[in-house]
Amino acid sequence: MQKMAEHKGCGTSGGSGKASCGTGAGENDMPTEIWEKVKNHPCYSEEAHHHYARMHVAVAPACNIQCNYCNRKYDCANESRPGVVSEKLSPEQAAKKVLAVASAIPQMTVLGIAGPGDPLANPGKTFKTFELISEAAPDIKLCLSTNGLSLPDHVETIKKFNVDHVTITINMTDPDIGAEIYPWVFWKHKRVTGKEAAKILTDRQLKGLEMLTANGILCKVNSVMIPGINDDHLVTVNREVKSRGAFLHNIMPLISSPEHGTVFGLNGQRGPSAQELKALQDSCEGEMNMMRHCRQCRADAVGLLGEDRSAEFTTDKIMEMDVNYDLSARQAYQEKVEEERQAKVAARNAELETLAGENADLKILVAVATKGSGRINEHFGHADEFQIYELSSNGAKFVGHRRVDLYCQGGYGEEEALETVIRAINDCTAVFVAKIGHCPKEDLLKAGIEPVDQYAYEFIEQSAIAYFKDYLAKIKSGEITHVTRGDATIRQGAFVSVDA
Amino acid sequence: MTYKIVASQCTSCSACEAECPNVAISEKNGTFVINPKKCTECIGYFDVPQCVAVCPVDDTCVIDNSLPRYQPSA
Ligand code: SF4
Ligand code: SF4
Ligand code: SF4
Repeated sequence: MQKMAEHKGCGTSGGSGKASCGTGAGENDMPTEIWEKVKNHPCYSEEAHHHYARMHVAVAPACNIQCNYCNRKYDCANESRPGVVSEKLSPEQAAKKVLAVASAIPQMTVLGIAGPGDPLANPGKTFKTFELISEAAPDIKLCLSTNGLSLPDHVETIKKFNVDHVTITINMTDPDIGAEIYPWVFWKHKRVTGKEAAKILTDRQLKGLEMLTANGILCKVNSVMIPGINDDHLVTVNREVKSRGAFLHNIMPLISSPEHGTVFGLNGQRGPSAQELKALQDSCEGEMNMMRHCRQCRADAVGLLGEDRSAEFTTDKIMEMDVNYDLSARQAYQEKVEEERQAKVAARNAELETLAGENADLKILVAVATKGSGRINEHFGHADEFQIYELSSNGAKFVGHRRVDLYCQGGYGEEEALETVIRAINDCTAVFVAKIGHCPKEDLLKAGIEPVDQYAYEFIEQSAIAYFKDYLAKIKSGEITHVTRGDATIRQGAFVSVDA
Repeated sequence: MTYKIVASQCTSCSACEAECPNVAISEKNGTFVINPKKCTECIGYFDVPQCVAVCPVDDTCVIDNSLPRYQPSA
């Protein structure tokens, strides 16, 4: 399968969405206008992120606030997390890069500007880039991520450039909590600190959100879950942003370790565990659409979600490339992708019917090794992330992904790597792979995780539902007993491809 | 004429460049520098030096002690 480009479509700091909306939703679950807007957007639609790609260009280095989870001094090619990039581009370089990538990767449908600073703190560069791209490649969707401080000032321009997706990072609506997350904001030519700063920020964010939705611009909200600071409060944030028309809410885990040099990293503030994150996402889900496939990708990411091909498109390589933008070839390719998607949905629905009438409050999680197209098509040892599905009598629901270190790196450190894989998917009953070696198979079984290769190269959801049916039948016949699984660990650091 | 940027600390984020009322800041070889001939310490424009207020790295935009302080002529 051909690889695809990824998009970092959200603000400087991270992102989120819901299973019945952003993430798991399909054509029938939402109004047609919204479906049209999101169906090819890998960040907004969990379904689309198997098939379509996005890219980010790093044209916006300046920022107008400071977050305790960001260290703007940090810039290292080995480290990658929101707000960190190694290559700054001019609007002209960025436009050329977008055309080069779109020509090489026909699934690339979305261009995002998300940082490394705040796009709206760099309005000149951000909007110049949009202008150049909308002239040369009018079929590419534009999106933008912001901390929201200057958002109300730019809604008119956002509208003018037909930017239809905006992500705002909103971590609080209560200034007392905000004061623990934001040391300062730069506002009206002054540095404002403490509660006052947080009050200005939340007022501007909510005002910007209201203005965008009033103008029919699709709006996603990202929140960073910081245990002990805003974890409980994010349920309130969810309600507040929903009442103002946000379409998706993406709750992401705090990324923090001392070597990042952030305030939170240095003072030992921990991130949430996988189950803590899931519990919060579940509790918000009743209220609105949650997005769970966010990879917190870096600001210059290129590729499908969970994949980074940015090394193929460095500035030097791009400036040498002869770019030939072929709109009709791109469209033909995308039509084929649509056919494949429809086949996948039909297969899932057929399988789902056979589940009808099955009881069970029983829910299990399974991990899937995939490189895209909605199929189980990755070797266990080559997976650098697993997608997690929750299986119940309602079917298979995508609930997240887990990054892991490559198990199969050619010899050394295999045992250790396998342990981290097991820790990362420890809450799963089974792991679906295209192929798996004998040794890891044994070790997984010992850890209580069933390796499943019988559905190699099949569609994920269809296979998962079939597996779940078997699982229920085996419980009924007494062949197996259901065991409740424990918690799992979230690997620190944004996604970066090892083979890129 | 008296602010300077500590080059070893500058992240080249460019935030100061856009805020300077005197267009005193520009990029040179990857980091940002203040032209001491143009800097007025923001006197006459703002209460606080803008580059200091917006810079994400504390103690990066600092007074250059090797130069005399700016004297407003008015
Ligand atoms: S995956 Fe998340 S961080 Fe990456 S672009 Fe999409 S929403 Fe943003
Ligand atoms: S102190 Fe003011 S005038 Fe001087 S460089 Fe900084 S922003 Fe410009
Ligand atoms: S704001 Fe600070 S870090 Fe950014 S370019 Fe200016 S001096 Fe450098």
